[in-house]
Amino acid sequence: MRRAMITVAAALILGSAGQAQAAVEVPKQDWSFEGIFGTYDRASAQRGLQVYKEVCAGCHSLDQIYYRNLADIGYSTAAIKAFAAEEEVQDGPDSEGEMYMRPARPSDRFVRPFPNDNAARAGNNGAFPPDLSLMVEARVGGPNYLHALLTGYSDPPSGKTVMEGMSYNKYFPGNQIAMPPPLLDDAVEYSDGTKATVEQMSRDIVTFLAWTSEPNMEERKSMGVKVMLFLFVFTGLLVAVKRRVWADVH
Amino acid sequence: MSTDSQWKNPVIRWVDDRLPIFTYLDHEYQQFPMPKNLNYFWNFGALASIVLVVMVVTGIMLAMQYTPHVDYAFDSVERIMRDVNYGWLLRYIHMNGGSMFFIVVYIHIFRGLYYGSYKAPRELLWMLGVAILLLMMATAFLGYVLPWGQMSYWGATVITKMFSAIPFIGDWIVTLLWGGFSVDNATLNRFFSLHYLMPFVLFGLVGMHVVALHVTKSNNPDGVEMNGPQDSVPFHPYFTAKDAVGTGFFLIFFAYFVFFAPNFFGEADNYIEANPLQTPAHIVPEWYFLPFYAILRSVTVDFWFISAKLMGVILMFGATMILFVLPWLDTSKVRSARYRPIYKFVFWIFLADCVMLGWVGGQLPEGIPLIMGQVGTVYYFAHFVIVLPVLGWIEKPLPLPTSISEPVTGGGGGAAPGATAAKMEKP
Repeated sequence: MRRAMITVAAALILGSAGQAQAAVEVPKQDWSFEGIFGTYDRASAQRGLQVYKEVCAGCHSLDQIYYRNLADIGYSTAAIKAFAAEEEVQDGPDSEGEMYMRPARPSDRFVRPFPNDNAARAGNNGAFPPDLSLMVEARVGGPNYLHALLTGYSDPPSGKTVMEGMSYNKYFPGNQIAMPPPLLDDAVEYSDGTKATVEQMSRDIVTFLAWTSEPNMEERKSMGVKVMLFLFVFTGLLVAVKRRVWADVH
Repeated sequence: MSTDSQWKNPVIRWVDDRLPIFTYLDHEYQQFPMPKNLNYFWNFGALASIVLVVMVVTGIMLAMQYTPHVDYAFDSVERIMRDVNYGWLLRYIHMNGGSMFFIVVYIHIFRGLYYGSYKAPRELLWMLGVAILLLMMATAFLGYVLPWGQMSYWGATVITKMFSAIPFIGDWIVTLLWGGFSVDNATLNRFFSLHYLMPFVLFGLVGMHVVALHVTKSNNPDGVEMNGPQDSVPFHPYFTAKDAVGTGFFLIFFAYFVFFAPNFFGEADNYIEANPLQTPAHIVPEWYFLPFYAILRSVTVDFWFISAKLMGVILMFGATMILFVLPWLDTSKVRSARYRPIYKFVFWIFLADCVMLGWVGGQLPEGIPLIMGQVGTVYYFAHFVIVLPVLGWIEKPLPLPTSISEPVTGGGGGAAPGATAAKMEKP
């Protein structure tokens, strides 16, 4: 009876947490950042940054990320300064009361492609390209879904049509997506010699965006391992103490 | 002043003669008699109070960094996650702590149901617990709105609009809740204010719950009262040690989610900033509200002059309110399900019904889930207003033990032959 009680309690807790999501099954991928010891593959994340800058950044912002954050995925201070300086931001007012443009600094947020949401819509057929900072956490299926989406473009199957300016995507809810296929083979040239296939670029950008979603994940997991080890030992001691205290109660 | 003070230390004695906190603590947390046959399900009250403290401490620290404004709330939460020292840890603890609180409290409540802890003389103790549950739900709902994600916003919209079903004053109440004519900045501000206030009201209720507990003493798995020192052990060290073990295992469970699956209980949509112009495809509340959400949405037809919407709201609140009168609905004098063969069975059916309603709450209200939700809702109330009253009349309970120590010492198992109650008279 006690076992049944525990089983039902567990079902109550865990069973109801899973929500229904009616969509095509998203294939499960292996990611470097999965598991309790998972870390972000630095080389992949750096290639992902390149994909972001050369492909995604034309339309998508990355508002939650500062250039300084790039130190997390292995960039040196000098490299970050140089990377930031490629963009211009508005600053001011100066002592004359004028706004002025200056190169971005590591303490600036990633510069947005459009000055405001309406400009973003106007430049994209009325569709708003969402901010990518939290994209991995903000979609059911996370990295697997994003990878499936980025590699899931095809011609519509016979009998299905898509509206003017839309593309067919197997994994997008409703199958019609306003974003044209973003990745084409050799869209970028990787400096480390990795072949820039759609599959590879997709894996890299997803790794990069997993990092932007949760830059503290590695710290979280490494602290978690220590906390768990401590709690195992501590709870073991508590069990021993309890047994000792209760030894003469029947 | 009293000369028979038990305190030797002059400072402690001086204080205790004027404000007897040391005598109080000694009486209520050291000598306090606890039934010696309590199982680990009796840990969950202590665990709930630990979670409450954890929530208050992390919440106060989060409030130092959080900005309750529609333009900044979402970004300020992300700033906590990214730039505040250990902000991610505080926020993940607080976020998962909400789920932990409900897991612990639901187990605590079902333990009370199984062992009949709500029966005389513990009716007020039970009713205070139901009040705590209601306040917890309100607090959790308010808190879920604060990150100002899509689910925050739309959850707030759906739940507050429920009140418009109340005749005559419904719209006025909704406007009052919103502080305007839609969920907006004023709503976020008052929700933040109330979310900060409620836990302290909870503290007060928990205090009363504990005082009531210390008057009636704990119920126990046999459901018979303690008859003397042979039936009890002092709270310290026996239950400090036992609660500590439960706390250890609970912290392992809690930490697993905080560190390795922090978004398990959450909704992906809440990582999208609130957008009043875009309704999510599927608005669902947090998991702990799903059974109630299922009840709310199970009513599809009007009842005479009561609209389906109002009836749903009445039933949803009724599902919790009915617990207030449970002590009088259950007509059986026997507390523990151990000695109630039919009730024991009915208890599991009821638990299964609640789990099923929880599942239904996460589905779209149509087709099979809708029917399951309607059947589940009817059974939920039937359990209280039909099954329990009738069961008290027709059920033939098993013979009760004459005291707590009888089944423990006499019931075979690991007890040594010479183990008698006399051994209990030790510190």
